[in-house]
Amino acid sequence: MSNLSSQAAAQYNNNFLKEVEAMVEEGNWVKMCMQCGVCSGSCPTNFQAGWDHPPQEIFMMIRAGKREEVLNSQSMWMCTSCYNCIVRCPRKLPITHIMHGLANYAHRLGLAPKNQPTRHFAKLFWNNCIQTGRVNELKLSLGLYFKDGFKQGIINGLAMKDVALGLLKAKRLNPFELFKAHGCKDQKGIHAMLKKAHEIEERRKAIKTA
Amino acid sequence: MAKKEYAFYPGCSSQRGASASNYLKSVDSMCKTLDIKLTEIPDWNCCSASIGYAEGGELPRHVLNARNFALAEQNLPGQEIVATCAACWLGARETKERLDASSQLMADTNEALKEAGLEYKGESDIRHMVEVLIEDFGYDELKKPVVKSLEGIKFAGYVGCQTNRPFGIVGESFENPMYLDKLVEMVGGEALTGYDQKVTCCGGALAFSEPDKAQAQIKDIVESAYDHGAEMIVTPCPLCQANVEIYQGAINKKYGKKFNIPVMYYSQLMTVAYGGSAKDAGLDGQVIRATRLEEIAAKR
Ligand code: SF4
Ligand code: SF4
Ligand code: SF4
Ligand code: SF4
Repeated sequence: MSNLSSQAAAQYNNNFLKEVEAMVEEGNWVKMCMQCGVCSGSCPTNFQAGWDHPPQEIFMMIRAGKREEVLNSQSMWMCTSCYNCIVRCPRKLPITHIMHGLANYAHRLGLAPKNQPTRHFAKLFWNNCIQTGRVNELKLSLGLYFKDGFKQGIINGLAMKDVALGLLKAKRLNPFELFKAHGCKDQKGIHAMLKKAHEIEERRKAIKTA
Repeated sequence: MAKKEYAFYPGCSSQRGASASNYLKSVDSMCKTLDIKLTEIPDWNCCSASIGYAEGGELPRHVLNARNFALAEQNLPGQEIVATCAACWLGARETKERLDASSQLMADTNEALKEAGLEYKGESDIRHMVEVLIEDFGYDELKKPVVKSLEGIKFAGYVGCQTNRPFGIVGESFENPMYLDKLVEMVGGEALTGYDQKVTCCGGALAFSEPDKAQAQIKDIVESAYDHGAEMIVTPCPLCQANVEIYQGAINKKYGKKFNIPVMYYSQLMTVAYGGSAKDAGLDGQVIRATRLEEIAAKR
């Protein structure tokens, strides 16, 4: 267990439900789950054998204190944000946000699975988005292709070449985005405000490192 | 003066040269006909979509959205914010609801915004273009400018997820929303109301990170459209559009299919029905060309 992680666990006397309630976005809802299974039956990634554990199971595991198993899981990273679960849950749990919150928390503690492709993509996306204030689709896809090194990047790029050529022909991909990209004017302001937001969030969800 | 004015939040994918630039083109044309004035929020930023959570966390995500609200309030006072991208709309609306519900989040957000010299007062409403069309205009009003019928074309209305859930369009159900079908019928097309994959998720952002799983979803979405006899798919969401259109070749290879079905935006159908040219409707922006729509658009 990483240092940060054990400190976080200790802070809540190894009561994982309490930890989730305090540290995870919308985590205070977990205890309201009545284990009906509707969310699991509605979850599209479940159909494609993506999950280790569908939401209902994750919520049960949180209550059972299975901390490592939950935070190490691939499951939350498989969420497509389709909101099927949310609109169907009889208890109105904000399931999508809890899944995202758990993923974010696992990421923050360094417990999320290494090389998890969605984790990697989410990070790329955020960094790409905040760099100039706007997403640069070309750099984003290149960053994704080249995540496993240069050679694999060329292979990945070639596999996607038909898609890229199609978009290029339809003028929906601009090769010059690589050099002179869209961006906000007040990038300085955006960076400053985000830095502040991160500071405040750290303060609110502090892990005591004493 | 225009009939209606809104503060416009186009989103990254609709910028010029981006994956949904054809969407923006057709929205522009459609709005011209309907006398809707969209003024871009000056210096708007991306909202980080539904995938920003991992690195972005909670507050930074809300702050990104709130910056756009604050800019709209400041520069376009009194105007509601309109988004064309489902993900932008959803993310922005979610932020607004969370901030409205929590004075602490609101205070934290404004503390961060101050660094950019901005303040969010909590005034502006956030709406999707489809909401504007249906609620502020209504089908009868939208039908008036129709000069060409899309008669004889069968459309599978693919609503997808995020235009539909968790907020959706007032008066529609999550499981079987009908507005896209109604818009199709309004322009004279044939709506395949029995299309059973209309609210299936296409995999969203996981099309990039988990392509096999997403493409399995997309295969079902396209296959069912064919099974119902569709000639085209129509959607309100730029990511749905891109996902369902551009991976058909890859899916053909993987599953031995022969998919080649155009995937259109509602605004493209409306632009053509309103007498716009193929260019006005962004039809030149299709990876899979919609030949029959191009023919109708070319007719005098
Ligand atoms: S649908 Fe709601 S109550 Fe039912 S198992 Fe899922 S989260 Fe729990
Ligand atoms: S939002 Fe996420 S957790 Fe909920 S049903 Fe969709 S994929 Fe599953
Ligand atoms: S949701 Fe998509 S299109 Fe909209 S602003 Fe964010 S990244 Fe850009
Ligand atoms: S169908 Fe796909 S792209 Fe469209 S909203 Fe759902 S996840 Fe997003």
